[in-house]
Amino acid sequence: MAINKMFFAGSGGQGILMMGQIACSAALIENKESTFFPSYGPEMRGGTANCTVIISDKTISSPVIFESDCVVAMTAPSMVKFEPTLKPGGILFLNTSLIHQAPKRSDITIYEVPASEIANEMGNSRIANVIMLGAFARNTDIVTPESVEKVIHDAFIAKGEKIVDLNLKALNYWKG
Amino acid sequence: MNKKVLMKGNEAFSEAAIRGGCRYYFGYPITPQNEIPEYMSHQLPKVGGHFIQAESELAAVYMAYGAGAAGGRVFITSSSPGIALMQEGFSFLCSAEVPTVCLTVSRCGPGIGGIQPGQADYLQATRGGGNGDYKIPVFAPENLQEGVDLVYEAMELSDELRNPIFIFADGLLGQMMEPVLLPESREVICPSNIRTQKPWALTGYGADDSQRNRVLSLRMYPEELEQHVEKLFKKYDKAEKELVRYEAIGVEDADVVIAAFGSVARIAKEAIEILAAQNIKAGLIRPISLWPYPYEAFDMITDKTKVVISAEMSMGQMMQDVKLGVRDRFPVRLINRTGGMIPTSIEIAERTKKILEETGGQ
Amino acid sequence: MKQPVFELTKGMLPVETIYCPGCTHGISHRLIMEVLDEMGLLGSTIGCGSIGCSVLAHRQMNIDMLESPHGRAPAVASGIKRVHPDKLVFTYQGDGDLASIGIAEIIHAAARGEKITAFFVNNAIYGMTGGQMAPTTLIGQKATTCVTGRTVEQAGAPMRISELLSSLDGAVYIERVALNSPANVNKAKKAVRRAFEVQEQGLGFSMVEFISTCPTHWGVSPVQALDHLKEKMLPYYPLGVYKSPEGGEQ
Repeated sequence: MAINKMFFAGSGGQGILMMGQIACSAALIENKESTFFPSYGPEMRGGTANCTVIISDKTISSPVIFESDCVVAMTAPSMVKFEPTLKPGGILFLNTSLIHQAPKRSDITIYEVPASEIANEMGNSRIANVIMLGAFARNTDIVTPESVEKVIHDAFIAKGEKIVDLNLKALNYWKG
Repeated sequence: MNKKVLMKGNEAFSEAAIRGGCRYYFGYPITPQNEIPEYMSHQLPKVGGHFIQAESELAAVYMAYGAGAAGGRVFITSSSPGIALMQEGFSFLCSAEVPTVCLTVSRCGPGIGGIQPGQADYLQATRGGGNGDYKIPVFAPENLQEGVDLVYEAMELSDELRNPIFIFADGLLGQMMEPVLLPESREVICPSNIRTQKPWALTGYGADDSQRNRVLSLRMYPEELEQHVEKLFKKYDKAEKELVRYEAIGVEDADVVIAAFGSVARIAKEAIEILAAQNIKAGLIRPISLWPYPYEAFDMITDKTKVVISAEMSMGQMMQDVKLGVRDRFPVRLINRTGGMIPTSIEIAERTKKILEETGGQ
Repeated sequence: MKQPVFELTKGMLPVETIYCPGCTHGISHRLIMEVLDEMGLLGSTIGCGSIGCSVLAHRQMNIDMLESPHGRAPAVASGIKRVHPDKLVFTYQGDGDLASIGIAEIIHAAARGEKITAFFVNNAIYGMTGGQMAPTTLIGQKATTCVTGRTVEQAGAPMRISELLSSLDGAVYIERVALNSPANVNKAKKAVRRAFEVQEQGLGFSMVEFISTCPTHWGVSPVQALDHLKEKMLPYYPLGVYKSPEGGEQ
């Protein structure tokens, strides 16, 4: 029985909430329970964005968490804010393109993904979140990369095959 | 194939209203319920429904009064200060017996307060701020599925009772997403057939003025008004017996019983698991109907229990009802956060443990 | 066979009103109901009464009707019209109701171009609550909340609602009429009919402002009230068509 609690965090415009929603949609494909709770209101206007996501094999009671199994940090302030919530043995994904300071914890697993730089190389700075989501799906047991692929396909198909291909390429780009 | 869809609370509640037969929505923007007027504005026209962005919550509740009196199935929503503005209208809706379903996605007060989730509108919802003797059934979901089911059901119930029905959600439920199973769409009465279903509705009487209808709130003579209020209260007395709903978990052999509703209840469920791992038996009483309040649920508590706790995101507004249910059989304590702070399960568990120690439990 | 010169209208039920002697509510009630009867639309009309002396209009007006809270009739009517777009829907509101507590609702109903008709009874005073100052009370006019007469310094100048609403694109027909003489009453009846026709044609919001009397709270006799209306009210509230679908504005 697995329950995974996580934060996706970064700044407005990075597609943070979309990362959380895709993770939940992938969980739905796998018949898992999920909850998504975004930060909302004036704090979003200030440029930060984060969401709490829980994915579980059984019914989820509290959608609010005080400790996490996984943190995806797309900016330095979000790493500072959410790194302390990780349980020992937790997983931290860092967008090292924008995070130049080292995390403090030594009891966690860290994946350093230069997501923003890869996105720029691919010619679209807005897909850093999808690159990171690929790293997240392949390096955790929370949702499978196949489910995430399907969600992305279904989410973007209305915008055309080209957009789908770009996103799938981004999803599978970073192999660590 | 999983038929569930991942939806945001506000959008899931909106879709449930439409599937429940709502074709008229009137609203004014206020956080954290803005996705509801947004959703209704683009979805209602697709099913032949109508949306008006009202000039204020006050206007919105009276557009509901008009559309409801005309026999339409109406949904209105707002959040705490907006609900405060609607209070006058709730009194009128009850007085004139006009059906309407109203949902609050409550935030924090007093005043502008804050936009984060809160439950400090418990008294506003259950006691109301409108004038006169009236009652409104209030239901509080703990998750999106229950919210969807309650909104859907309320659409029928409101017509049956000829009274507003209130759904109490909070910013957490409005803003969060989780998978929901949406109900089937109900058939909607065609406006030209409203009188066959609602013989009291204002539709224009047609050829026969003996069928003239009036929807009234003023009673000029005290005798007449007293009779009217007594008639309303016969209806409320029946509702009070039939609409009580709650969930009770592990109450009979609990060391401590926690009462909590809405999103706090689901957090409390996790706290109860944390306590169980430490060999403390905590039970839960979760009122689903806030009016009528499930006082009888507290009769299940046995002498094994040392203390009853009301866990809330307010300064103890529900605790008054908990005390009425407990009837001095046990001490009642409060675990609360306010101002938009959401209690965590570990916090509820630790404070419960401390209260239990103080009251001689462990 | 002799032709009757006067008949009761089917639109008015044979019940007593609670209006004071010399009050013009009876005339405006009758005009609206007579027009609906002539148009054959009594059974296809829903009326929204309001708070004030006319709160019991539903006892006299032979149509489906409700009571709206103070000022909210245009919002209520907007809701009704959404359910029954093929029916005539009107509000009947006094000056305290429409111009004070309900000013937001009337402006926004007009701005939305709601296909409803507002009948605005302007007698420059609160009647039912006992003669307090209204937004339309004239400068110098005495009321129980301005016992020495309204002043601009204390309460501002009276509001001209027909002019105000005429500035909104959604308002397509607005006329101010008076109920002080047979000639003006005849003109008022034409205005009522025109307002309903505009609504029937789905052109937008229409309003008829009736300059009316309140002998009781003006402290004058019914006959003096008619003179007062002509001499004091009409110079400040000029009669005429303020907006029409033909664009002919006065």
